[in-house]
Amino acid sequence: MISLQEMLRINEFEWEIPVAFRADMRVPVRIFATRQLLEAVMEDKSLEQAINAATLPGLVGHVLVMPDMHQGYGFPIGGVAATRYPDGVISPGAIGYDINCGVRLLGSQISFQQAEGFLDELASALDHYCPSGVGGKGSLRLNEAELDRICREGSRWALKAGFATQADLRRTEEGGCLDGADPSRVSKRAKDRGRPQLGTLGAGNHFIEVDLVEQVFDPQAAGVMGLEPGNLVLQIHCGSRGFGHQICSDYVKDFQGAVRRYNIQLPDRELVCAPLNSPEGENYLAAMRCAANYAFANRQVLAHHARQAFEQVFAGKVSNWHLHQVYDIAHNMGKIETHMIAGQMVKVCVHRKGATRAFGPGAAGLPPEYQAIGQPVLVPGSMGTASWVLVGTKESMVRSFGSSCHGAGRVMSRSKAKKMVWGEDLRKELEAGGIQVRAGSMAGLAEEAPQAYKDVDAVVETVSGAGIARKVARLRPLAVVKG
Amino acid sequence: MVVQSAGYHEIEHMADWELHVWAPNLSALFEQAARGMYALSGTHLQNGPRRMKFLNLSAADRESLLVIFLEELLFLGEQEHIGFDNYDDLRLSENRIELQIEGATILSQSKEIKAVTYHNLEIRETKQGYEVNIVFDV
Repeated sequence: MISLQEMLRINEFEWEIPVAFRADMRVPVRIFATRQLLEAVMEDKSLEQAINAATLPGLVGHVLVMPDMHQGYGFPIGGVAATRYPDGVISPGAIGYDINCGVRLLGSQISFQQAEGFLDELASALDHYCPSGVGGKGSLRLNEAELDRICREGSRWALKAGFATQADLRRTEEGGCLDGADPSRVSKRAKDRGRPQLGTLGAGNHFIEVDLVEQVFDPQAAGVMGLEPGNLVLQIHCGSRGFGHQICSDYVKDFQGAVRRYNIQLPDRELVCAPLNSPEGENYLAAMRCAANYAFANRQVLAHHARQAFEQVFAGKVSNWHLHQVYDIAHNMGKIETHMIAGQMVKVCVHRKGATRAFGPGAAGLPPEYQAIGQPVLVPGSMGTASWVLVGTKESMVRSFGSSCHGAGRVMSRSKAKKMVWGEDLRKELEAGGIQVRAGSMAGLAEEAPQAYKDVDAVVETVSGAGIARKVARLRPLAVVKG
Repeated sequence: MVVQSAGYHEIEHMADWELHVWAPNLSALFEQAARGMYALSGTHLQNGPRRMKFLNLSAADRESLLVIFLEELLFLGEQEHIGFDNYDDLRLSENRIELQIEGATILSQSKEIKAVTYHNLEIRETKQGYEVNIVFDV
């Protein structure tokens, strides 16, 4: 495996694995990390997976890896890869099974002092209103025609159904709806799985978290977002549930044949891909967009439920219990975007897997109020540690395909976390520290223990130091609901 | 030390779950993979009425067959809430698997498996039979 000596140190926050490192690499790998973070990931297979990703046909620029990187399957978590449109490839495994897994942040005018006595009740209300857990089903029962509408319309469906406001959609990536979704490219099995799960959180690392705005670094940007020090905010982290998982599984299977038909040689079968302009590539893109729209609608319905919980707890106790949308952003997605590469504007398919879009000021597609400050980048930590609100920069547009980190990133395996941490002890420890916890599974809670994650502050200092994001606010957890 | 002729154990994986599975023949390898997957997800079955299904699945190669077999079990778990602990008449060729599976309603399941991946998936022949490592997205 690669050693530190074989990498080029670009600066304090950037490293490069040259294209000559392995014969089948098509582009170099650029790593955003401090030396300390880099040395930590060299203990897993993140870099080997990034090198494997650099063999995909049609890549442009670099394969990028963010400081929260860790080993995944096929493509590393924290990876970004752009392929030339339309003759480069699209790889379902480089987007992930949980298509459009992402984070939504809602702000409030409720101060910590007003909320302090009600956090236990609030955690229970959120747990009650927002269904979670293994295979969890929601309160909505969709027929096939309605599911097809969600595939095509995403959050616009939620608006018509009374689960959203216009402001919610304006402050969602792509307005909560990717064009080009085609439900006829989605299998019956995916639809069967998707129908009962809309408006559910799921399990694993997905969560709903109440936080306090602890520190503001950029008062102007925080003001535009409606984030005030000392006030409560809410994060929702989840994706496209079984619907997206099935779509990815279907196409990873389908593409096993496509790589043979297009004579594509790959070091790992999980990286299977097809040209964007092939029937296989077009079908996957159309199906992936259905899952992306489903995920936008899913987080929107969950936000509606969370608002019900806030109303139940705070109505009559505070003058304004409304939750306003700050932003909703994906971190597992493939998007057709135009970026400046080697001095030319090039249309590409940007694969982000465990990486957040981080468009800078003036970028197309941002709502008017964010044009001057850049797009909010939401970086959740682990249950017991801080989360961050950042914004994209002009630098991110030219150096990272408008991308940044998506979280803290794991530093300990799940099996090790289970051996080291007893879920019930962790719950007590978090609650003693002032964090209310509602979890469907104590074993699952142990796997997601804060000590299993990197120091999120170090991750944020890295993207900030590298210039691909700018700090706006730091959040401190108060209550967590996990599936 | 007595080494079991067939079995599974969890391998450390940073973000997901990885199982090492071994068995004296391919049919037993598939059965052990299923048992290992249920163990990883903390699946427990009710002591109620037994449920039976017949599976007939085909794929391009035996690794793909393993993926779709395990995915089928996950799907039946999610949609019909059934888990399986008995695998009869398992007939396996290079690209087809046929078997009768028997189980019961799932009593509890502590963790969710999103998908069975192809990451470094390769069924290898050993002196004792076959082995494979399977990574599950969780």
